[in-house]
Amino acid sequence: MSRIITRRGLLRRGALGAGGLLLAGCDPLDLSSPVPAFLRLGEAVAYHTHRLIGADSLAREYEAAEMSPDFRTNGNTMPTSAAYRAEMARGFAGWRLAVDGEVEKPGAYSLAELGNMPSRTQITRHDCVEGWSAIGQWTGVPLAVLLDQVRPKPGARYAVFHCADDFDGTAYYESIDMVDARHKQTILAYAMNGRTLPVGHGAPLRLRVERQLGYKQAKYVMRVEMVADLAAVRGGGGGFWEDTTGYDWYAGV
Amino acid sequence: MSALAVPTTEKESAPGGTVVYRHRLSTRLWHWTNAVVLVVMLMSGLMIFNAHPRLYWGGYGANPDHPWLQIGANDDGGYLRVGGLVLGTTGVLGEWSDEGGVHHRAFPGWATLPSTYDLATSRRWHLTFAWVFALGILGYLVWSLVDGHLRRDIAPTKHELTPDHVWGDVKAHATLRFPKGKAARRYNVLQKLAYAGTLLGLIPLMVLTGLTMSPGMDAAWPWLLDLFGGRQSARSIHFIVAFLLVLFIVVHLLMVVLAGPINEVRSMITGRYRLPKE
Repeated sequence: MSRIITRRGLLRRGALGAGGLLLAGCDPLDLSSPVPAFLRLGEAVAYHTHRLIGADSLAREYEAAEMSPDFRTNGNTMPTSAAYRAEMARGFAGWRLAVDGEVEKPGAYSLAELGNMPSRTQITRHDCVEGWSAIGQWTGVPLAVLLDQVRPKPGARYAVFHCADDFDGTAYYESIDMVDARHKQTILAYAMNGRTLPVGHGAPLRLRVERQLGYKQAKYVMRVEMVADLAAVRGGGGGFWEDTTGYDWYAGV
Repeated sequence: MSALAVPTTEKESAPGGTVVYRHRLSTRLWHWTNAVVLVVMLMSGLMIFNAHPRLYWGGYGANPDHPWLQIGANDDGGYLRVGGLVLGTTGVLGEWSDEGGVHHRAFPGWATLPSTYDLATSRRWHLTFAWVFALGILGYLVWSLVDGHLRRDIAPTKHELTPDHVWGDVKAHATLRFPKGKAARRYNVLQKLAYAGTLLGLIPLMVLTGLTMSPGMDAAWPWLLDLFGGRQSARSIHFIVAFLLVLFIVVHLLMVVLAGPINEVRSMITGRYRLPKE
């Protein structure tokens, strides 16, 4: 139960086919699709309710004494790509975070450059979709600081996080809306619990979007792409789990 | 939305055997909506629990931490552990089999929605029907306060709460002597306490602990975390209250069967109830 999903589950989903996933959006009575369309109502109502009652609300921040003694890892804990392994071997000295897409001034930033930007440290709770929680401390650069540098175009509606890890060759990625992208606690973290971010937790850089579940906290972030529409990105669901198993894109519940 | 009929002089004196109008349409619709919603919520909830069959107290709680309740399997088969107590549960919890073979999972397929391990789909059932459940109880409570149903039909009177009266009612239930004739027009005190406890206690607790598990809601309403002592405590309470609701449903169905299932079920479908003969 320590993995979010079993390999058998993935294969079963694969057998149902991408056609089923696409149909789920247009035929509410197609019960053969992984997720009948009417069952997507909960996600939509929750998303709009949360934006209505607390778009700028802050996640609870904890005291150091309230932290988990042992913050478990989850998902991938060591990317297999040769490019990542080479960067890791050099301590990510040549690594650059690309920020591009629907922006006026695309940029690429080294870890040293990110470390010289304004930073934020927060002790927050990480809630896995499976049900467990862990409390840890994160330090990183607010995504809003980077967005101010690259200046998103008016049409940019989502931030997409492309990652170095994959499951059976399918790359991990995640996405959030502009409310979360500009939220005060949304940071790209390079440190955890007062130390350099460990590989198991997503080195060199992971997303913290504190009002959503664990699978949104993309690890091994290589590139932030601003887009107008998620449909054209990879599987179109806005994230790896959203595409492959039907997890909600809005994971605030 | 009052559950009991508006009394008329003629009906008030109706003897046993008379058919009276007992449940309004709004009550009947709400009852059957809840019946469907509760089954969906329970079965999808058990599937969600299967994703991490361990419960904790406090703010955090994950595999390295100590659970107060755990369902699992070891070399001896399935088990349920509560505190220091370990019960062998092979065949029902932790390890069970179906036509597909032996499974190592907390709750068996016949009890979960969907029957196979599918966290994404069970969450969608749960979190969509949760809105029907939560808005239903909210609407019911507001309306019942406004139209007096809670005060008139659910709240026990001072007299009903005296130990003698309660004890008399306990004895009547234990010996299966149910109210007859005119007395069957009102809820008895045990019914009132069971309904009040469920409507004002268990269901609101269920909704509020459910909201506390949402990181988005915790940000918008941080008092939820203080109310229940942290997200993992809220998850534990959610699980405990779910089982109290199951207990309520079991007793409720038992009482329907013992009190005359055809008459009782008909009253919740057509609204009409035949007063038992004295």
